Amino acid sequence: MVLNPFDDGPVDGGMQSTAKILVAGGFGVGKTTLVGSISEIRPLRTEEPLSDRSVGVDDTHGVRAKSTTTVAMDFGRISFPSKLVLYLFGTPGQERFWFMWDDLAIGAVGAVVMADTRRVADCFASIDYFERNGTPFIIAVNCFDGAPRFEPHDIRIALTLGPEVPIVLCDARERDSVKNVLVSLVRYVMSTRNRSRATSALNYP
Amino acid sequence: MNSRDGDAERWLDREAGPVVRPYAVTKGRTLPSGGAWFGLIDIVVQTGERTSQDFRLGPEHRWILSLCRRPITVVDLTSEVDLPVGVVRVLLGDLSDAGMVRIIPAQEEPEPDQRLLRMVLDGLESL
Repeated sequence: MVLNPFDDGPVDGGMQSTAKILVAGGFGVGKTTLVGSISEIRPLRTEEPLSDRSVGVDDTHGVRAKSTTTVAMDFGRISFPSKLVLYLFGTPGQERFWFMWDDLAIGAVGAVVMADTRRVADCFASIDYFERNGTPFIIAVNCFDGAPRFEPHDIRIALTLGPEVPIVLCDARERDSVKNVLVSLVRYVMSTRNRSRATSALNYP
Repeated sequence: MNSRDGDAERWLDREAGPVVRPYAVTKGRTLPSGGAWFGLIDIVVQTGERTSQDFRLGPEHRWILSLCRRPITVVDLTSEVDLPVGVVRVLLGDLSDAGMVRIIPAQEEPEPDQRLLRMVLDGLESL
């Protein structure tokens, strides 16, 4: 039985707030590890059968077809004393899962795109998606043992990111490090929202 | 499997694994009726309304309903019943149509407002 964070709350639920942050990145980059480091529950997994839309772009020929019929989404949760519950969603960043991303991105605070310096290209798809969708995101470089270390400047060039997108080095296994990533994201989102409001006020006095 | 059979519930526990293909429990429907939308972090809760004559609750409806006795998010509910979120949405749509559950949307706007962002930031910093 999963503990429901609202069990202690009023039955009408009127006092509760919920928010979500997305954790994206290539396969094996540490999304579930990151979520698990800070979540109050072991990351839970829900599975979704792939819809026709997504199956269409998959190569479902032959024996591998079976393995592409569901996609997993991991999520974790942090409940705060302010009656806010923050959900962290980690899901695969490949293009064929974008039908799920649309669902996840609506109303999200923002996204953390995890990068592994050994396979930087794995996070291109996620970056593309969030840029097109207008979802604010930051890059969290998961510093794997033995992986080459690069300066954020080099990573910015490799990912062709604008100067405004924060790049944070992290260890997905360390709670404090993950906390720092999430704080950086929220601060960045608050500053972009302020800036865009200032810009629109300028354009439409 | 006869979904109206009260005993059917025990065939659908986690240990047994899926007995029927996921969307069979929604009779093939993939979208909730009545145009209701259930976001992943929207909260659902029982209204206490009794079932009407023309709406027959399946075992999955009952199960979901029992979990909504206290407010619960759609995603927590989904992981609890171990059904795909699409299936849970259809079943919640049925319950909402029948007036048996109520949705408390996470946020009306597509983007979180500054107040919510501030709450998230304060919460994270206090960890």
